Amino acid sequence: MSDFWSGWIAVTALGNIAFVLWLIRYTSKMRNDVDTDQVMGHSWDGLQEFNNPLPRWWLMLLYISIGFALLYMLLFPSFGKWGNLLGWSQNSAHYEAVVAANSKYAPIFEVYADVEVEELHKDPKAMEIARRMFLNNCATCHGSDARGSSGFPNLTDDDWLYGGDAVAIKTTLTNGRQAVMPSFAGLGEETIDNIAEYVMSLGGRSQDEVKAEAGKAQFAVCMGCHGADGKGNQAIGAPNLTDDIWLYGGSRGAIVKTLLNGRNGVMPNFSETLSEEKIHLLTAYAYGLSRE
Amino acid sequence: MNKLVYHDDVVRQFALATIFWGVIGMLVGVILAAQLAWPALNFDVPWLTFSRLRPLHTNAVIFAFGGCALFATSYYIVQRTCHAPLFAPKLASFTFWGWQLVIVLAAITLPLGLTQSKEYAELIWPIDVLITIIWVAYGVVFFGTIVKRKMAHIYVANWFYASFIITVAVLHVVNSLAIPVSWTESYPVFSGSVDAMTQWWYGHNAVGFFLTAAFLGMMYYFVPKQANRPVYSYRLSVVHFWALISIYMWAGPHHLHYTALPDWAQSLGMVFSLILLAPSWGGMINGIMTLSGAWHKLRTDPILRFLIVSLSFYGMSTFEGPMMSIKTVNSLSHYTDWTIGHVHSGALGWVAMISIGAHYHLIPKLFGREGMYSQSLISLHFWMATIGIVLYIASMWIAGVMQGLMWRATNNDGTLTYSFVESLEMTYPFYLIRFLGGALFLLGMLVMAYNVFKTIKGAAPEQVELTAQEAV
Repeated sequence: MSDFWSGWIAVTALGNIAFVLWLIRYTSKMRNDVDTDQVMGHSWDGLQEFNNPLPRWWLMLLYISIGFALLYMLLFPSFGKWGNLLGWSQNSAHYEAVVAANSKYAPIFEVYADVEVEELHKDPKAMEIARRMFLNNCATCHGSDARGSSGFPNLTDDDWLYGGDAVAIKTTLTNGRQAVMPSFAGLGEETIDNIAEYVMSLGGRSQDEVKAEAGKAQFAVCMGCHGADGKGNQAIGAPNLTDDIWLYGGSRGAIVKTLLNGRNGVMPNFSETLSEEKIHLLTAYAYGLSRE
Repeated sequence: MNKLVYHDDVVRQFALATIFWGVIGMLVGVILAAQLAWPALNFDVPWLTFSRLRPLHTNAVIFAFGGCALFATSYYIVQRTCHAPLFAPKLASFTFWGWQLVIVLAAITLPLGLTQSKEYAELIWPIDVLITIIWVAYGVVFFGTIVKRKMAHIYVANWFYASFIITVAVLHVVNSLAIPVSWTESYPVFSGSVDAMTQWWYGHNAVGFFLTAAFLGMMYYFVPKQANRPVYSYRLSVVHFWALISIYMWAGPHHLHYTALPDWAQSLGMVFSLILLAPSWGGMINGIMTLSGAWHKLRTDPILRFLIVSLSFYGMSTFEGPMMSIKTVNSLSHYTDWTIGHVHSGALGWVAMISIGAHYHLIPKLFGREGMYSQSLISLHFWMATIGIVLYIASMWIAGVMQGLMWRATNNDGTLTYSFVESLEMTYPFYLIRFLGGALFLLGMLVMAYNVFKTIKGAAPEQVELTAQEAV
């Protein structure tokens, strides 16, 4: 911020306070001819006014608040880049608090850093801590019972979009995931209908063999991701279409909607908010959920 | 010589509209309180969801109920204290019908989900333009009457109304600046933290000028009038008026503590909010001390009781406000129901109570009656309102502090002790108490509506002649 704007802020802010103080001085001199128990001689619709002095305690309240304000403005950032004798800033205060908290709590998590995920998920004390981290960070989307909801995967079953081994889970937590199902609206309604019917038939739910047969040929556009057999591909997070687990709903209507509009799945990355040790613990928790 | 009469038709219209919109706005509030306790009450109808009814409630109580009360009292007071009839009475009538149109348009567009998404400034741009036109007309009527006054001095109530009219015009225009892309959509000209700061500069000064300064103007007429006592201190009114309106301008950033707003703006917002305590209390002192020597009237006059209790709530919430603006307190109170409690101790305790008291004084005078139809119904209304407010704000205080403490509680491994939903579950009983308090306040308004109906039924309002010009 330039000197001009810092000066502008200082002059207007301090000027306002000076104006209030001047006002008190100025009004103390006016109409001294009127005694306190005497009305001032105007009458509006019968309304009159006394001219009592400002209550002393009220004046003290004002002076104390102004005194505090001046002191605070000197010590903390108040006039653009000026003032701030303490050198305080919101960002550095936050950063320091984070560093302090991390160094305070780090030992708790370091204990488990070298335990393999496959063992760690059996440690009840570690999992108690991990469960609390899960509730803080994951439950918003995946639910406090980790069973997910529409658009958010269930973590307690054995079906994994990106793989359920320790390495895959840790990668998901650390880097996040971005899943894209493109829109196929361009294929036209009839084709989408046929493909949906074929997808239904993969799980043995088709009611119209002719349509399903037509859809099978048109399913070619889906194979790139979901595979020739529709069993999906964990390398890119493409779901298995042959089971009865559906991230966005498995009804015919939901499948058509997915084909028409596409879907975007986002798992945020936690590498910036959680330390490696914490992610390690959460990995073990998620790993354990489907193996209980 | 022709007799000059006051133009009270528009005052009568606005006074009755105040009571009507008061009932409607508070009814929507009670529905919202019920929805928080029983979420199924939105019946899965989009127009009835909390997100759409909430702005309808705030707009209805602030701009419909509060706005009509301010139009009514300012038109009444400016004539009496200037000893002059309204300047441009046809324009005054235009402000009435125009303002009603704005309210009806708000009641249609907000439930439809048409909004600019700025708190207390949700209305879409064509309505914003209409408001601006009406507001300019209001200014012409008000200041025209001031210019035509027969008195050398301008009475203190009019200073407050004047500052309110000018400032609200500036706030409304600047905060609503947007580029329209269709009849119902527009994009604000500000973005990011500048937009946030503009919004809360507007938002807090809407509180400061619409809900504080203007209602102090109301107070400065009806308290001395009802108490039949001179105002306590002219000097105090000068000092606290100028201090209040100048200091208020800085207070907005306290709504944006611990956000992307630059540190210096947050600091200024906090310290100026603290300085604001004394100027705010100046109005309370001047109102309550006006009663010195006439305290006994409180025992017998329920209207005066409304006015004085409103000043007590005013004093309480203007103490609470600066406290909540202190950053460390704010880190506990912000985003909790404490804020809702604070707002309602001001909105119900101060704004509604002073308006109710003023209208109990005003209605009989406007309709040529000796007094209200029933004094005991006023008394009943007073107790319903007071108990309703106490239930409301006490439950929200407890709920808010509890939420703040739950959200910051940590386990000894650094994780949060409670999830958000757990704090919501704990709040449930307080939502029930708040609903009861709000419902009681609404019932009180219905008692008032009945009392007013009985008072004005069959009344033939007389034209009131101007009081004799005072020798100055």
